[in-house]
Amino acid sequence: MRTLQSQEIAAKERPHTGQPQKERLQKERPRPGRRLTYTITVYALLVIIAAITLAPLAYTISGSFKTNAGVLEWPPRLIPKPPVTSNYAEVWNSSPLFPRWIVNSVFLALVHVAAELFFASLAGYAFARMKFPGRDLIFMIMLGTLMIPPPVTVVSKYIIVARLGWVNTYLGVIMPTLVTVFGVFLMTQFIRAIPKDLDEAATIDGCSRFGIYWRIVLPLSKPALSALAIFAFKDSWNEFMWSLTVLNSPELFTLPLGLNYFRGQFYTFWNLVLAGSMFNIAPILIVFIIFQRYFIKGIAMSGLKG
Amino acid sequence: MVKRPFRRQKVADALLGYLFISPVILVIGTFTFFSMIYAFYLSFTKFDMFSSPLWTGLQNYRLLLGNPDFKRAMLNTVYYAVGVVPTQTLIAIGLAVLLNQKARGIPFFRAAYFVPTITSTVAASFIFMWLFLKQGVINHTLSLLHLPADNSWLENPLTAMPVLMLSAIWGTAPHFMVIFLAALQDIPQTVYEAVEIDGANTWQSFRHVTLPLLRPAIFLVAVLGTIGTFQVFDQMYIMTRGGPLDSTTSVVFLIWRTAFQDFNMGYASAMAVVLFAIIYALTILQRRTIDTNIQF
Repeated sequence: MRTLQSQEIAAKERPHTGQPQKERLQKERPRPGRRLTYTITVYALLVIIAAITLAPLAYTISGSFKTNAGVLEWPPRLIPKPPVTSNYAEVWNSSPLFPRWIVNSVFLALVHVAAELFFASLAGYAFARMKFPGRDLIFMIMLGTLMIPPPVTVVSKYIIVARLGWVNTYLGVIMPTLVTVFGVFLMTQFIRAIPKDLDEAATIDGCSRFGIYWRIVLPLSKPALSALAIFAFKDSWNEFMWSLTVLNSPELFTLPLGLNYFRGQFYTFWNLVLAGSMFNIAPILIVFIIFQRYFIKGIAMSGLKG
Repeated sequence: MVKRPFRRQKVADALLGYLFISPVILVIGTFTFFSMIYAFYLSFTKFDMFSSPLWTGLQNYRLLLGNPDFKRAMLNTVYYAVGVVPTQTLIAIGLAVLLNQKARGIPFFRAAYFVPTITSTVAASFIFMWLFLKQGVINHTLSLLHLPADNSWLENPLTAMPVLMLSAIWGTAPHFMVIFLAALQDIPQTVYEAVEIDGANTWQSFRHVTLPLLRPAIFLVAVLGTIGTFQVFDQMYIMTRGGPLDSTTSVVFLIWRTAFQDFNMGYASAMAVVLFAIIYALTILQRRTIDTNIQF
């Protein structure tokens, strides 16, 4: 026991006894066998976890190409046999409402993204660069509202929207999240970090406030705007609870609401339900594949916002 | 004389500032700030949307204390949070540590792991409903392992909630993985080099260096996760409608049902205020710890 301890101490002290240089050199070039085991383990884990993560999605895509008999077949197979593409056409033609839901969702998402980018960056510019009484207090109170989770105010928000006569309209869906505190915060922080020299030069040249915002600050804010645009698009495209509360005419439904409605009618036809879901998943997946670094950057930013 | 136009310009500039923030103030002021105050007010009233609100004082809160449905919903929500938060936090750490290894193709795997978080709750709910059908993929896999495979998961009060938990973990663990990944990349490489010189193996350096340095992030993720799970609604609405036998009725689902199916707006608001108090306490707890713990 004692020898073991003294060996441990000796091992710990070795760096101080004149050998560290040599040992570091050895560490930097580990034995090739060990390095290989490490690489194999890492890749094995990476692949297994990717398979688990993506399996539900893989089965969904495969299910959307199966016949109704095939989708409930026992045992279920991953590769459809025979693969059919008719589900997509059948979902699309199931009712004139289906294409409408897609158009509605695209419309609402575009409005939401445009409004969020414009109003959040405009307010961010004001909070970061302009001086007016109460600025910091307003900013603090605004950040304080981040502590109010949306479901807590769903009832009172609905009553306000009803008083305004916006129930079952797009105004009712859009207005409460026209611009978000997160967006304003993100833009304010980003604009604060842009060097002031440029806008000062522009002021001397006689550029107006709006001109500075539009021609100088906005172009320099592209990274933050991109992250914000993608988040706003995702939130709007996938939103469920609020539009469910406000909308009740099926022709006004967004795609998530429509899909839920559709499933109510076709609940035994899982091949159709899964093909319908693909209309919701595919666009956001494509956006993600193109802009994935902004997605991940945006989460890191939002996670650190505290 | 020189001062005057300068001052006027300053006033004009201030007014412009108010103009620039006015859309935000209007939207947040009405639909978040005022809406919260209005919720407080409504919680002291009886209101059915058709007649005007009737002041009833603390009546709603008194009713709430003895309401078995609310108690049930609270317990269900706590059960859901306990089932989801620790598991998703551990998985998120595991995924982040794995993605922090030096290997080719890491960006591809990072993107692949992230995909579930961009899937909408509606689509994810359909997928899990289908996977957990009686004749679905999960039961098939269980039968291959010679385990009991005839459970209708979502129709069984014992197994419905765990399916909802799984779908939540699938959808949100990768989100928190990104937070851990950022925290891991903030740990200076020199710290690892130092312990390596001291003869620590991989596990020891993880246990005694990585984990302690991740503590603030773990706490942040645990609190954010809890706050999120206390707001769960979509999955319950889509997959189970709170059933079977109310085994998956969450607090928010009960609020929604009380308001928009029973038109008991005042009572629903009282529930919302209680929920707010709980989430607020969690947020304060988080802020306090983050402030004191952020540096290492």
